Amino acid sequence: MSTRKAKDYKSEVKPIWCPGCGDYAVLNALMRAFAELDIPQDTIVVASGIGCSSRFPAFLNTFGIHGVHGRPLPLATGIKMANPELTVVAVGGDGDGFSIGGGHIPHAARRNVEIPYIVMDNSIYGMTKGQASPTSPEGIKRKASPYGTVEAPLNPIMMALAYEATFVARTFSGKLKEMVEIFMAAIQHPGFAFVQVLSPCVSFLDTYAHYREITAPIPEDHDPTDLLAAMRLAQATETLYLGIFRCMADRPGYSRRFQEIQSAVHPMTVPEVMDRYQR
Amino acid sequence: MVKRDQTVVVRVGGEAGEGTVTLGELFTRIAARAGLEVYTFRTYPAEIKGGQVLFQTRLGVKRVLSEGDAADVLVVMNKPGWTENQRDLQPRGVLVYDPGAVSDPDTQGRAQFAIPAGVIAQELDFARGKNVVMVGALTWLFRLGLDLGRDIVNARMARHGDVLQQNLKALEAGYAYAEAHYPAPFPYALPLPEQFEERLLLSGAEALALGALDGGCRFYSGYPITPATGVMEALAKYLPAFGGTMVQAEDEIAAINMVIGASFAGRRSMTATSGPGLSLMIEALGMASIAEIPIVVVNVQRAGPSTGLPTKTSQGDLFLTLYGGHGDAPRFVLAPDSVKDCYYQMINAFSLAEYYQMPVIVLSDQAMASRVETMPYPESSCGIWSECLERQLPSEAELAKDYRRYRDTKDGISSMAIPGMTGGAYLSESLEHDVYGYPSQTPENHQLMMEKRSKKVEAARRRLAKWDSSARRWGHRGAKFGIIGWGSTRGAVREAMVQLGEMGIEIEAIYPHTLLPMPDRAVMEFIYGKKAILVPELNFSSQFARMISHRYYKQLDAQDIHVHMLAKEQGIPFKISEIYEAALEMVLEEGGK
Repeated sequence: MSTRKAKDYKSEVKPIWCPGCGDYAVLNALMRAFAELDIPQDTIVVASGIGCSSRFPAFLNTFGIHGVHGRPLPLATGIKMANPELTVVAVGGDGDGFSIGGGHIPHAARRNVEIPYIVMDNSIYGMTKGQASPTSPEGIKRKASPYGTVEAPLNPIMMALAYEATFVARTFSGKLKEMVEIFMAAIQHPGFAFVQVLSPCVSFLDTYAHYREITAPIPEDHDPTDLLAAMRLAQATETLYLGIFRCMADRPGYSRRFQEIQSAVHPMTVPEVMDRYQR
Repeated sequence: MVKRDQTVVVRVGGEAGEGTVTLGELFTRIAARAGLEVYTFRTYPAEIKGGQVLFQTRLGVKRVLSEGDAADVLVVMNKPGWTENQRDLQPRGVLVYDPGAVSDPDTQGRAQFAIPAGVIAQELDFARGKNVVMVGALTWLFRLGLDLGRDIVNARMARHGDVLQQNLKALEAGYAYAEAHYPAPFPYALPLPEQFEERLLLSGAEALALGALDGGCRFYSGYPITPATGVMEALAKYLPAFGGTMVQAEDEIAAINMVIGASFAGRRSMTATSGPGLSLMIEALGMASIAEIPIVVVNVQRAGPSTGLPTKTSQGDLFLTLYGGHGDAPRFVLAPDSVKDCYYQMINAFSLAEYYQMPVIVLSDQAMASRVETMPYPESSCGIWSECLERQLPSEAELAKDYRRYRDTKDGISSMAIPGMTGGAYLSESLEHDVYGYPSQTPENHQLMMEKRSKKVEAARRRLAKWDSSARRWGHRGAKFGIIGWGSTRGAVREAMVQLGEMGIEIEAIYPHTLLPMPDRAVMEFIYGKKAILVPELNFSSQFARMISHRYYKQLDAQDIHVHMLAKEQGIPFKISEIYEAALEMVLEEGGK
């Protein structure tokens, strides 16, 4: 039975987000997940990059680290490897995670480092006032794309599945209860857990109504260990499926692998190392 | 014919990928095991196979200070090995060569020692063992003892069980051939000491890695880059035995961010890289500065700009390390000046990083990282030239109530809570932040925090003034002429100064070990009363001389002290003669001694 409540994870800092921003729901859901799992505040680290959603750690009273643009995954990896006992969560937006920081996702996935990575995807650059992002729909006209974008949008779920991330899920800011459940599963997953949150930007690309219309839960008979089945669901464009696409808990996580190596190696002292370099 | 200083320069020239470096290394190890002091230098092409390799080892009865200039003994394994190096063979030097590779070399009267290494190796049905045949021949010529040779080959090749026996046979065959054909004493065989102290035989990269372990490093993340990879490889081997972790990152940006994360979580953490990698790390370095996270970054400099000359040496990154990055981001920069110093400066680097919660850059270079030197066992793990400094953690009282991570203090140092500490939760911010770590943009707060962070540099400057290691000064105390340098050029400067002394020229030198903060008092005391100072450095634009001229312009102007720049950017170290000649020129220009 949990002794902690969601509000126990809240800091005194008022979020900078616009009223109605999808990120409020994400913040509430993560605090509820922490509370449900009864994790002490001082054993949690939330690492983020740059952007509206990356301001996240300031609104929590856990440990937080607000780093440079696009690098929450390397930051979180270093923290987790330094102290595997901690609950380390990486958060950020679609620009931070899929554009400038996109190169780190495959490596977090192949390391299978025990980190949930929550990407608040609003398909737009909010903090710099509305430029197209890697997940913006094609043809979107903004100040930096006055003739309409000609790039196809990225499919984050397909990307994470292609890298064989061991946990891949999508949720929506409009579905708080489901989001809490997915966050809890991601935090408990013994490897890299990729979570895309459809989190609309009310100021520059309000997609609430659109998402309510086209999202649907992943069919109950989906087998989350079937990678190809997960990819088929991820490829659906008429319907955006919400839920857990993939979950493979059998592959040991990165910090555990290193702990195994450490315990198999005979401990040494500095003088013993030096003796190996005797002339 | 051994010189008065009882050192011998042996240079090996051969094809890359044909065991030329192995030849040089085996011979160096045998000589070191026999009790000689050694100091190597190598230059190699960027390609793994093909191209010309030069391996130089200088042997001495006493400690060797630099790789030396002209070769006393030239060992050539292929034709370019002769044609490219013959001009560097001193007039009374000797040539040891494989007649199968070079026929009838014109040594202009200098002694020749022909060792048909290729033919001997083929007779053993082990053609690629010709380098070890040559090692055997050199072992005889230098009278190092066949048993020592066998020991070294055994130790070195033990992993390669199948070829170990073949290599031992090659060694013995080379030894036997040389013994039969050249029984007369070899002119460059050094007297072997009967008793000698135990020594470590370390490359600069290994010394950096071992110093890091001794300095408490328990997390490393890096990306392979020439010539810094040796640091990563050594730490990859040993860190797990210390409960530590080495992560090979996907790029340098990830590497430094992992290091920041690991340090934030309480581990002493570092990375090592070279110019292009450091350029990529600069943004995160600024973050470590503003968020006050201790990290150590080793920069093994190579010649630039851009991809430049990846396998060649340079000191061209001074300005990048001192000033690189946007905004004013305080950091420390250390400059070890020998392989031994690399070891100690890494301990200092961790002490400074942890205590002052700042990024520390340690500047090495290709020449110093890839060379091997004999050095005494470090006397104790910490506190020889410095103090053992630790990260300041919050007290129980601080944690009990209203913990302020970035509290302003007299010296700017505020206690740093570690994730897991009850009551310690705080936000580590790359944005300007208030005392709690929460973002704050007010002019007053920004000013306060800029001052807090820079106060740490001034506090460190005061502390460092008490450390012997902050600057090394030697030579004729109070001489009218001086040399100010940094890093790996020190060996050549030391030897040039000995030669200048023999000419009756009084000169002294200072090598700061911390370039940021500069040991101002030591440098100002040094330049006081000088007529002129020479600033030798391995870069194109005289970066250090410009920094010295700018930083001490008042003293230099007031006393009319002239700064003579000696810049060299060719990818290779200074020759002793280049320093000697520049110093002599300075003395003559300034109206004599």
